[in-house]
Amino acid sequence: MWDLCTNSLDTARLRGATYADVRMMHMRQRDLTTKNGQVGTLAQSESIGLGIRVFANGGWGFASTDRLTKEGVANCASQAVAIAKASAIAKRGETVMADEDSYIDSWQSPFRKDPFEIPLETQLALLLAADAEMRRVKGITLTETGMQFRKIESWFASSIGSRIHQAKVITGCGIGATSFQGDEIQKRSYPNSFGGQHSLQGYELVESLDLLKHAPIIAEEAASLHKAAQCPERTGTLILGGSQLGLQIHESVGHPIELDRVLGQEANFAGTSFLTLDQLNKLKYASEIVNVVADARIEHGPGLGSFAYDDEGVPAQCTDIIKDGQFCGYLSNRETAHLIGLKRSSGTMRTESWNRLPIIRMTNISLKPGSWDYENLISDTNEGILMETNRSWSIDDRRYQFQFSTEIGWEIQGGKKTRMLKNPSYSGITTEFWNSCDAICKSEHWALWGTPNCGKGQPMQTMGTGHGASPSRFRNVRIGSAFANQ
Amino acid sequence: MSPVTKLKKSANKKGGASTTLLGDRDLRQIVDSVLRIAKTTGADGTEVHVDEVADSLTRFANNAVHQNVAEHGLTISIRTICDGRTARATTNRIDEDSLRAAIEASLSLAHGQPKDPKLLPLLGKQHYRPVNRFIKSTAVITPEDRARAVRRACDLAIKNGQIAAGIFATGQNASAIGNSQRLFATYRETHAEFSITMQEGAAASWAKANSADASAFEPQFLANRASEKAHLAVSAVELQPGRYTVILEPSAVLDLVGFLFYDFAATALEDKRSCLTDRLGKPVFGKNISIVDDVYHPLQLGVPFDGEGVPRQRVQLVDSGVPKNLVYSRSSAKKARKQPTGHGFSLPNEYGEAPMNLVFTGGDSSVEEMVASTDRGLLVTRLWYIREVDPYEKVMTGMTRDGLFLVENGKVTTAVRNFRFNQSVLEMLQNVELLGPAVRATGEEAFEMVVPAMKVTNFHFSEVTKF
Repeated sequence: MWDLCTNSLDTARLRGATYADVRMMHMRQRDLTTKNGQVGTLAQSESIGLGIRVFANGGWGFASTDRLTKEGVANCASQAVAIAKASAIAKRGETVMADEDSYIDSWQSPFRKDPFEIPLETQLALLLAADAEMRRVKGITLTETGMQFRKIESWFASSIGSRIHQAKVITGCGIGATSFQGDEIQKRSYPNSFGGQHSLQGYELVESLDLLKHAPIIAEEAASLHKAAQCPERTGTLILGGSQLGLQIHESVGHPIELDRVLGQEANFAGTSFLTLDQLNKLKYASEIVNVVADARIEHGPGLGSFAYDDEGVPAQCTDIIKDGQFCGYLSNRETAHLIGLKRSSGTMRTESWNRLPIIRMTNISLKPGSWDYENLISDTNEGILMETNRSWSIDDRRYQFQFSTEIGWEIQGGKKTRMLKNPSYSGITTEFWNSCDAICKSEHWALWGTPNCGKGQPMQTMGTGHGASPSRFRNVRIGSAFANQ
Repeated sequence: MSPVTKLKKSANKKGGASTTLLGDRDLRQIVDSVLRIAKTTGADGTEVHVDEVADSLTRFANNAVHQNVAEHGLTISIRTICDGRTARATTNRIDEDSLRAAIEASLSLAHGQPKDPKLLPLLGKQHYRPVNRFIKSTAVITPEDRARAVRRACDLAIKNGQIAAGIFATGQNASAIGNSQRLFATYRETHAEFSITMQEGAAASWAKANSADASAFEPQFLANRASEKAHLAVSAVELQPGRYTVILEPSAVLDLVGFLFYDFAATALEDKRSCLTDRLGKPVFGKNISIVDDVYHPLQLGVPFDGEGVPRQRVQLVDSGVPKNLVYSRSSAKKARKQPTGHGFSLPNEYGEAPMNLVFTGGDSSVEEMVASTDRGLLVTRLWYIREVDPYEKVMTGMTRDGLFLVENGKVTTAVRNFRFNQSVLEMLQNVELLGPAVRATGEEAFEMVVPAMKVTNFHFSEVTKF
C-alpha cells in the first residue's frame, strides 16, 4: 500500500505539485434488514481505491482511481496535477497552509467483538426475534429492523512525510414499529430513529441494546399514539431527550461552526452560516450552563467522529466551541486556520471514501453534561412537554430558524410525566433557543449518539458524526407549530 | 491476479486525458466471467450488475475555483440464488480471485438466512427499447473547459459586485446487467450540470440546469439569471407568516413533489406507509394534475431497465387528479396479480420499487403570466431542507431559499425574508390555479423530473427567518 502511495506522491511532485497528500482506503460493509418477519436487505460490499489531492500553480486538484497498479496511480496523480493547473485558470488570492508536523503512526479503533466474525445466523436470529416481538402487538402494521457493520482501513501519506495507517470498526443497529390506523401513520423507533444507534464499536454495541426488551415497548407506544392527545400549540417549556438533543446540536451548532460554510465555500449547496467571523469570542451563543466541544479524541468516547488523525494528517483534538455560553471556536483545516488567528488546524478534514476530497466536517460535537438528575429535572418542571426520538428535522441555509418534530411526547404537569402526546414539534431561532437552556442532566444520563447520514459537499459526501448529550430543558420555546393550521 | 478485462484511457483532441468507458463487449465479458466462475461454486442462479463511472466536478466559491475533482470507478455487484435463498455482494476489483471471493461472500450470506418460499427465479432474456443518451462532445469536456466557463461566471459576479459559488460537473457512466438465464442489457449516458449561487450582500439567488448534453444549457445564461435575481433580492422585507398564493418555479415544484412519488410504489401500499393507502382511484389532486413515469421521455435520463433487468414501462400514475396506477417490481406485481412495470430496486431489498422518471403534463402559462395574474402572492425560486412532518397527509416542512419575492397587483415589488412552510403536498396539488410548460428541472432535494411552474393558492407559511 505504501509503495502505491509513494508512487503517486512522486509522480505528483515530478508533474509540478508543491504539496500532495494521498489516501488509499479499503472499505467493507455488511447490511442486514428485516421487514414484517422476512429478511429484507442482505448484502456485503467492499471497495478499495486511492485518491490524491495536489496543489500546483496555485490551484487545487483531486483525482481518484480504483486501478491500483503503479501505472494506474501514476496516471491518477498526473490527472490531479492537470486538474490543479486548470483550477489556476480561475484562482484568486493565495493559499496559506497552517504548519503541521509529519507523523508516522498506526491506529486501530478499540472494539471487543468483530461484527464480521459473528455468525450471520446469530445476527439475523436476533433481528427476526425483535421483529416478531413487535408484530405481536395489536395495531402494528409494519416492523423493521436492521444492522450495519463497517470496516474502514486507510493509509495516508503526504509530501511533508507523514505515513498514517488507521483502521476503524463501526456498528449500527435499530428497530422500528409503525402503525397505520384511520388517517394516521405513527412510528416508534429504538434506540433512535433512522437506523438506530451507530458508533465506533464492534458487535458489543448490538449486545448492549437489549432489543428484545425494547421491541414490545416501542410497538405498544406506536399503537397507543393514535389514541393520544395532539401536542398543543403554545410557547412553553420543552425537555428534550438525549438523542433528539444530539440532532439539535448537529443542526444548530455543528453545521454553523464549519469554517468552510462560514467562508462561503458551501454557499451553492449546504449553505452558509450566521456565525460570521466577527462573532468569534463575542456572540453569546447560549446560556451560561451550556458548554459544547468538538472532540475527535477516542477519550471522548466511541463516536462516529472519533479518530486518531484527520484526513489531512492532523492529530485528533478537542476544541471548545461554546464555553459558559460564549461562542469561542470553529471547525477548521490547514487552509482556513489562519483566517481565525490559529497557527494550527483543529483537525476536522474528513472524507467519505477514497474517491472523495476531504472537507471540513463535524467530529464529535457534544454538549457537556450538566448538574441535574433526570428525576429532579422532571419534578422541577411544573408544566412542560418532553419530546423524544426524532421524526423530522429542517433548518434554514444559514442555520438560524429550525423546526423539529419527534415520534412521541409526554406532558409534564406538576413535576410529573403524565399523558402521552402525538405529533410533537417545536421550532425556534438557534441562539434564542440555546440561550433559553436552564437545565442539563448530569453525566450518568449522557450518551454519545451517532448521526451516520450527514450530507455535505459536491459531489455529495455522507459522513458519520457524534453528538454527546443528556436530557435538557429549554424555556419559552414555540411548541406545536408544525401541525398548526393544517 | 489479472483483470478479466482491460480498462482504457485515451487522449482527447485537446490533449487532456479523458477516460473511455468499457464498451458493451467489455461489459459482457465481465458479466460472462462472473457467470462462468459462479457455475463452479454451486449457485443455482447468478445475476451481475456492472457499473462504471467517470465523473469530474469543478467547484467554485468566492469567485474562484476552490475544489476540482475527478473520479473513476467500476463496481461489480453479484446476487446469487441458492436453495431458495438470495444475497448480494459487491466489489470494485475485477481480477478472477476477487470476483470469486465476491460470489462466495454472496453465497455465504444467502446460506445464513431462512429459506424464502416467495423468492422468484431469475428473469429470462428480455427485449429493450434502444435509448441513446451518450453525447460524445460532453464526454470529452476537459477541466480547462470547465474552468474557463467558471471564470466567465466569476468575472460577471465581480463586474456586478457579487460573489459567485457553484459547480460545473461533467461525466459519463455505463451499466450492464446480466444473469444466468441469458438476460443481458447495457446502458450508457453522459451528464453535465451547472449550478450557481450569486450573493449580493445578505441577498442571494440561484440557477441550475443539467442534461445529458452539455450544449443543452449555457452556463453564462444561468450566471446572468442568478445575478439579476440576486440583485432583486437585496433589501428583503419581513412579512407575516400565513397562507399565500405562491408562484413556484419548476425547481421549487420538483423538490416538493419529489417526496410524494415513493408513495406510488406497490410495496409502500402493501406496507401501509404510503399516503395513497385507501386513496387509489379517488380524486386526490386537482383535475389539472396528470403525471406519468416515462424513462423514454426526451428530457429524461436514467437506465431503461430495473434492478432485475425488467424493461421500464411508461406508467400513467395520475390522470386528471386521480391516482390511477402504481409501479411494480416482479415480486410486488406477483402479489397484486399485475404485470411488473420495470421499477424494482436491486434485490434483495425491503422497499420494492419507485418511479424515478416523472413527467407532469404542463400548461401554457409562463411565470410572467402567473405573476401578471396575481393580486398578492409570493414568487418562490427554490425550496430547501424539505422533510416529512405527517406521512399520511403528506405535510412537508422546509424553507424558501435564494430568492423569495412579493407580487402585488401583477408585478414583483420587493424581496421578502425567507419563510418556513408546513404544507400538505396533497392539498397543494388540489390548489393549482395555473401551470407552465413542463421543463426538465433540477433542484437539490429530489431527483430531476419534467415539471411545470405552478401557481398555487393557500400555501401555508408558518414562520419567518432572519434573512
